[in-house]
Amino acid sequence: MRVLVAMSGGVDSSVAAAELVDAGHEVVGATMKLWGGPSDSGCCSVADVDDARRVAQQLGIAHHVFNFGAEFTEAVVAPYVRAHAAGTTPNPCVECNRRLKFDRLLGRAMALGFDALATGHHARVVHDEGGGWGLLRGQDSAKDQSYVLSMLGQAQLARCLFPVGEMHKAEVRARAAALRLRTADKADSQDVCFITSGAGRAGGSGGRAGGSGGRAGGSGGRAGGSGGRAGFLAERMTLHPGRLVDAGGQLIGAVPAVELVTVGQRHGIGAGPAGSRRYVLSVDVAEATVVVGSEAELLSDRVALGSLSWIAQPLVPGATVLAQTSAHGPARRAVFVGSSLRWAEPQRRVAPGQTVAIYEGDWVLGSAVGE
Amino acid sequence: MRPEAVAAMLPFLTDRFGNPSGAHSVARSACLALDEARDTMAEVLGCQPGQVVFTSGGTEADNLAIGGVHAARGGVVVCPAAEHHAVLRAVAAAGGTVVGVGPDGCVDLDQLAAVLGSQVSLVSVMLANNEVGVISPLDEVVALVRERSPGAAVHTDAVQGFSWLDVAAMTADADLVSVSAHKFGGPKGVGALVVRDRVALRPILHGGGQERDRRSGTPNVAGIVAMAAAARATMAARADTVRRVGALRDRLSERLLESVPGAVATGAGAGLAGGAVATGAGAAATVARAPHRVAGSCHLRFSGVEAEALLVLLDDVGVCASAGSACSSGATEASHVLSAMGWSAAEVGESVRLSLGWCSTDAEIDHALAVIPKAVARLRDTVVAWS
Repeated sequence: MRVLVAMSGGVDSSVAAAELVDAGHEVVGATMKLWGGPSDSGCCSVADVDDARRVAQQLGIAHHVFNFGAEFTEAVVAPYVRAHAAGTTPNPCVECNRRLKFDRLLGRAMALGFDALATGHHARVVHDEGGGWGLLRGQDSAKDQSYVLSMLGQAQLARCLFPVGEMHKAEVRARAAALRLRTADKADSQDVCFITSGAGRAGGSGGRAGGSGGRAGGSGGRAGGSGGRAGFLAERMTLHPGRLVDAGGQLIGAVPAVELVTVGQRHGIGAGPAGSRRYVLSVDVAEATVVVGSEAELLSDRVALGSLSWIAQPLVPGATVLAQTSAHGPARRAVFVGSSLRWAEPQRRVAPGQTVAIYEGDWVLGSAVGE
Repeated sequence: MRPEAVAAMLPFLTDRFGNPSGAHSVARSACLALDEARDTMAEVLGCQPGQVVFTSGGTEADNLAIGGVHAARGGVVVCPAAEHHAVLRAVAAAGGTVVGVGPDGCVDLDQLAAVLGSQVSLVSVMLANNEVGVISPLDEVVALVRERSPGAAVHTDAVQGFSWLDVAAMTADADLVSVSAHKFGGPKGVGALVVRDRVALRPILHGGGQERDRRSGTPNVAGIVAMAAAARATMAARADTVRRVGALRDRLSERLLESVPGAVATGAGAGLAGGAVATGAGAAATVARAPHRVAGSCHLRFSGVEAEALLVLLDDVGVCASAGSACSSGATEASHVLSAMGWSAAEVGESVRLSLGWCSTDAEIDHALAVIPKAVARLRDTVVAWS
């Protein structure tokens, strides 16, 4: 088979490429250049591309760099900013997989005559008896990445390979070390690749923001902290101070930027009565209001679902499933009731905008967005 | 590299390895070679030997010209938007001014005139563009600068021009001229800057005061000797090379415009075709034979085809083409030259550069003509179900 391997410069995709070479496939590596200038230290930095290219050289395969920066800005970064402006909690990794890796890059692979696209995700794709394709959690449950792939469909899975999905992370690193790949000890990537933590980014890529008004600086609402997510968003949108109220509507405080508050958040909103833990129950950007309450008030017996998609057949309402609401969080038992999930045990509210991955055992059934 | 250049440099990597600044016989042997190379470069560039400053290539030559004049005189440095990054970023680093270019890629003389004045200390306009091959009206630029900014120096980046143009004649009125060896069959990492005596210049590299205090650092003797040999070989064959390669380029360009639906010629003359899809030989001829484009440049747009994907397919079948400029990550950056010429982002992403050189052959053109239309058709035919 001719396989294009998406090589991020990390250890998983390095070993994915090595496994495919070992299996006798005709392998070519590709790194997507998505973000950042030449001196950027975040994801797809020059250093990461260097690592990917060097690994490809060590494996004796060709390596290309594809510049999808414009698409990434339009399909991932701009929606990320818009979601925050609307007071929801976006999942940019899922969007990047949906729009960049398994659409733009997969389409490029097909156009170039490759039979399949491989990535370094910890997940398994299997051909089931019925002739369809299934998606399973990775063998290493601690590193499983099926959550961020849960929105894939048959068209993508039929053309995808996840060679390290059968391996434990320790095996992946051992394999890389045995091959003396320079990425063997490289740290795992961070969640939001285009935002560097701390005060690092200093507006160096402000001109690439696009989409959301091109605001530079952020005079009023930059109080949410320097650098990191707050600084990144402050350069691209106006942040507004907000009121903190309890469930009864009583004013009890203020937040510097209502757009930076997430449902379920505990930090930065003070303590409740007698020092008890206090949580964000809901966020209303239009009213610049954040409702807070106790952990008991945060619990809910259901989550409303939007943007449902299924790996294979749509799930029949009434089915008992497992649902996971964050990349590495636990999967909880629930009943699918059509446009929502009813939890077996009350759970903390899901922040609107978060991906809800739906499983049966280790099998991914589908994906939705919490509303 | 030209075989003459390879042969010329080998002794300086072995027996004649001396540092030309030394006082012993091995040093004198290297010094002799360096002096002879300087004489050669002066001859082919139309200047005095003492006006040749050897550098590590075109980028350093451009930076020395712009940064060196700015350091010595201050003032405002100016360049057009389609210059090579070595000029654009050196001008930006000096806080200079960038003026627009026309749809053909040449500097907009009206815009240039508007920013000239006594405050301007240097104007940098390339002789031939490295992406689209268009040749600048350097004589008009010099006349304009002398009239509006009599004190300003004129620099020209002639890196792309030396293989194809009589650089000595065309840059005779410029004050500073950059060339780079690897563009005419010499090794990478060596170049030269002509600095006429009237130019006030401060060095940007400080050290032992080599190159008459204009560029410190032990001279790259082997590279410099090879550059001179390559320059001689280029000069000796230039008229024939231009005629032969120009014909190859015309054949490549015309045939592709004829045989590939939606192929559009870029660069000089594109304006004459109105940017429309060239369908007949007439339009192709207009473009390909436009006189103000260097012979080795063939720049085309295949509408509806992503250049980045096309380059991969062409690489698979032995055709090395390029698009835009390579950034430090190895990704193809959208061409700032085409953007400056007024192309949309989508059009820029569909443009490819098929460069020919002194060693290009008929067989290579035949091969390119056989595989390029197929690759373009394949990318067009691949309708991906989910997109």
